[in-house]
Amino acid sequence: MTQKRKIGNVIASILKYAVLIFGAIFTILPFVWMILSSLKTPSELNQMPPVFFPAEPQWVNYQEAWKAAPFARYFVNTLIVTACTTCGVLVTTVLSAFAFSRLNFPGKKTVFSLFLATLMIPGEMLIITNYETIINLKWIDSYKAMIIPWISSAFYIYLLTRFFMQVPESLYLAAKVDKCSDFKYMMKIMVPMNKQAIFSIAILNIISSWNAFLWPLLVTNSQEMRVLSNGLVRFQTEAGSSTELIMAASCMLVMPIIIIYLFLRKYIIEGVTRSGLKG
Amino acid sequence: MDKKSFKGYLYLLPSIIIMAAFTIYPLIRAIIMSFLGNYSIINHSYSSIGFENYKALFADPDFALSLRNTSIYVICVVPASIFLSLVIAVLINNTTKTKAFFQTVYFLPYVTSVIAIGIVWRWMFNSNYGLINYFLGIFGIDPIPWLNRPEYAMPALIIFAIWKSMAFNILIFLAGLQTIPEDLYRAARIDSTPKIRVFTKITVPQLAPMIVYSSVIGMIGAFKVYNEVFSLFQGKAGPANKAMTIVYFIYDKFYNSYKYGIAAAGSVVLFLIILVMTQIQLRVTGEKKKK
Repeated sequence: MTQKRKIGNVIASILKYAVLIFGAIFTILPFVWMILSSLKTPSELNQMPPVFFPAEPQWVNYQEAWKAAPFARYFVNTLIVTACTTCGVLVTTVLSAFAFSRLNFPGKKTVFSLFLATLMIPGEMLIITNYETIINLKWIDSYKAMIIPWISSAFYIYLLTRFFMQVPESLYLAAKVDKCSDFKYMMKIMVPMNKQAIFSIAILNIISSWNAFLWPLLVTNSQEMRVLSNGLVRFQTEAGSSTELIMAASCMLVMPIIIIYLFLRKYIIEGVTRSGLKG
Repeated sequence: MDKKSFKGYLYLLPSIIIMAAFTIYPLIRAIIMSFLGNYSIINHSYSSIGFENYKALFADPDFALSLRNTSIYVICVVPASIFLSLVIAVLINNTTKTKAFFQTVYFLPYVTSVIAIGIVWRWMFNSNYGLINYFLGIFGIDPIPWLNRPEYAMPALIIFAIWKSMAFNILIFLAGLQTIPEDLYRAARIDSTPKIRVFTKITVPQLAPMIVYSSVIGMIGAFKVYNEVFSLFQGKAGPANKAMTIVYFIYDKFYNSYKYGIAAAGSVVLFLIILVMTQIQLRVTGEKKKK
């Protein structure tokens, strides 16, 4: 009986790892295939059955892709847009979360509910009319157009407000007795006490800004203003059948985020879990 | 407590300005625009006021196709993704040393650009040299023209979407599994309940709120599918536009055909669909709280 159960457990364990490893391979296969393909020669790519590993890694593909389109410029643009958007989000989120969690003002509940209600609006719906606004403001083809509409997020405000609420009210009252101003209290107590949550919000925002595609595509015309994701799609059309170069260019867009993820995954996973379990 | 003052609004001002300009205003504007016939966003002219755009929308076979495709997409992607994620999450939760490793690997698709990785999937779906047809070939299946034939366009899109959407679900289920009381499992062990029964009688019911939550979030996301289509079919909606989705339809009308009113009407329909979904979600999370 126990012997039988032991064998059963071993089989179950083997099955478990078999499924997990198979699933893991399925999950990372596109990434592995992207990297391998980016290092192959055209003739290695166009073979059936496929060559899995390049005979000699063609690092030159990266140089060629880098030269074939102004990827350096795209990189800088993406960095500027990501950095400015994230800084803006942090400022507006901290200020708003502080107001909602500590300050008293008429209409607070109504405004908070209104903020929450905006979460139900699909962003896809707003793009048409926001595009019209950007035209009216004559912001087409500018960094402003890519940054300013995104520097406030009801979702992050909601998330951070909940973190700020957990800070004991007594701290605030004590600070008031000591004649500490609201702004000073926010900067000296609230922000340091919640730095992990703020950091998570920053990383999540960096990821979404970096990967943003449709909005920057709509509001830019010139090559000088293009971000990486748009540049990649354009390059894909231009490079046609040079799959190795397209894969190298895809790597350039994906790798920075994967590196950030591998180093800071604790904050990313924590941030997404928290926001996922908001109920 | 200090006196009520308007100082709070000073702190809220930046957010309020941005939200008013880029969320509230465009929402109202889109609804108004959907009732203006032949609206032009360049000189703000229109020819009529009424339901003209909605009539044109529902008479458009492409819109009907987009509704149909999006529904198929939602019905296939969400349940498959939820089921597979649930199995993987339970298995990961049953490992000890390799837990962090598997969690890291399975979450990877969530953080990566859909556009870049869609281009890779496009290469893997290549009918002549693609990895997928190679694997199918091992099992004696003839090469499938995934991206070139209308009937395979949706399946290709769905496979890609399931791959992409599992990451988030696995994460949520893993977090949910931590909250199940260990006692329940201990009792099952004492009774030597078979593992399958433990899964169906303890794990799934205990995770039910999270399963519903993930399903609704997944459905909301799936109704808005766009980037996946764009990257997989290189900017088109599949061969002969047969993989047209709602959001693709809206952008196509807006960006390529300059039919702003019809695009706005389409986005109002999308808004209503999402609104219904959100109400379901709120009700579900409300019930979870009551518990």
